[in-house]
Amino acid sequence: MSVIEVANLTKFYGKSRGIVDVTFNEEEGEIFGFIGPNGAGKSTTIRLLLSLIHPTSGSARVFGKDVVTHGPEIRRNIGYLPSEVYYYEGMKVIDLLKYSASFYDRDCTQRIRELSETMELEMNRRISDLSYGNKKKVGIVQGLLHSPKLLFLDEPTAGLDPLMQRRFFDLIREENSRGVTVFFSSHILGEVQRLCTRVGIIREGKIVEISDIRTLQQNNYKKVRVTAPGLSAASFDLPGATNAQTENGTVHFFFKGDINTVLQRLNGLRVSDVTIEEPTLEEIFMHYYE
Amino acid sequence: MTATIFAHEFRTRLRSVIIWSLAVTALLFFYFSFFSVFADQAALMNQMMERFPPQLRAAFGMDARDISTVLGFYSFIFLFIQLCLAIQAGNYGFGLVSIEESELTADFLLSKPVSRTQVLTSKLLAALTSLTITNAVVWVSSYASIAVFRGDREYDSRTLLLLLISVVIFQLFFLSVGLVVSLLVKRVRSVTPYSLGLGFGAYVLSAFSGILGEVKLELITPFKHLDPARIVRDGTYDTPLVLLNVAVTVISLAASYWLYVRRDIPAVS
Repeated sequence: MSVIEVANLTKFYGKSRGIVDVTFNEEEGEIFGFIGPNGAGKSTTIRLLLSLIHPTSGSARVFGKDVVTHGPEIRRNIGYLPSEVYYYEGMKVIDLLKYSASFYDRDCTQRIRELSETMELEMNRRISDLSYGNKKKVGIVQGLLHSPKLLFLDEPTAGLDPLMQRRFFDLIREENSRGVTVFFSSHILGEVQRLCTRVGIIREGKIVEISDIRTLQQNNYKKVRVTAPGLSAASFDLPGATNAQTENGTVHFFFKGDINTVLQRLNGLRVSDVTIEEPTLEEIFMHYYE
Repeated sequence: MTATIFAHEFRTRLRSVIIWSLAVTALLFFYFSFFSVFADQAALMNQMMERFPPQLRAAFGMDARDISTVLGFYSFIFLFIQLCLAIQAGNYGFGLVSIEESELTADFLLSKPVSRTQVLTSKLLAALTSLTITNAVVWVSSYASIAVFRGDREYDSRTLLLLLISVVIFQLFFLSVGLVVSLLVKRVRSVTPYSLGLGFGAYVLSAFSGILGEVKLELITPFKHLDPARIVRDGTYDTPLVLLNVAVTVISLAASYWLYVRRDIPAVS
């Protein structure tokens, strides 16, 4: 079952572009990575799905219901961690969490305690006294305390130290193993690679690619690195080879196609070292942005 | 209506309500303490007043009232009470949804399972409750200050009631006009300049209306719709003007709901 169905969704703020003609689906239980640089339209998409803003055209459905007409109903089962966290400055952490919990018709006390212990959040401090990282922790607890079925994470790790990032990822994986669907927006590819099963790449408001993270890595490109005497970038002038570069006698390039053609070419060389590996998402990503 | 939002909103404004209520009470008692002097020296006062240019007298509404009577004097103070209440109600109106947006907490609130209509209704009712508390304080301190300072002078309690009832109409006007303006402009960065502008602006218009005499400025300022001097003089409301005032309030509220439901909540930029 599709939890999120977005069809030709477009948003303009006056004349300036938000997103254009965005179409994708997210299945139940998936962790969907939404990657793009700042200003590509990641937050716009999430804000549309939360009906914080209204679409210019196109439609979006969450849990099978239209986001424009069924917003409150949908949001009962949504957790949202915004990229920038702002809360009522004068409130104490615990009061904010209780206020947040009061919107849901279930008892969240136990969950608040668990989450704040995991994230090492001090409950009796005032929001205005918290550092950015600590506010982010409040955001995490606030987004998860009502055990939502769908999580929107908008660049969630900014401001968290590496230890907390790891705990946070564990937390998300744990939620996911319980069947929670996660929509994970980020411009840091490493974390998307660690967590997500499928990714959508957005650029200047448009989706440029949606695919399984494995497919993206395996079927598309190989990263080849060859060290051999007298080698130059031109030695691998094969159909399917791109980005050939020479560095200290080592040639590296991306290759898409039948890998045997590379192997045949290597056959005639006296190589001292060869690696053929899957490129990181980062490298694939850069390819889309060239 | 959502009880949680109502409670949260009400608590946020509690300190402001207490300060405004104290200020209004202090204002009433302070000015009323001069009443016996004014009343005893009424002839002298009126002589002095006549030396002022008529335009100035008109601007302060001094020509329409006799400050040697309890209600004549009260209506003079009431003008300042109105000004305070206008600024307070304007503050709440302008800030009702714009503060959440400028402090960026709107994302938190609106990603909860509540509709925009529920949010706005809860906020409006909370603000109205806050205003009603101030209103109640105005009633109590009005009766108290009159009781303390009137001496043996009589007054028409029905007219006083008319003045006090006008407070709620007056507050609702500034609350709803403030709200609709805050939704019409792109972003309210600070609430105070807006509410001071609206409050003083309306007051100054009303004063000018006195100076210019025939010009129909009274149509647009609530200080004329509910002119305390006129209410005391005539012992009744100027019904068409009061209806006009209520109509503006109703239209502003309806427009506010319409705008807020369709509003794009601005993100951090």
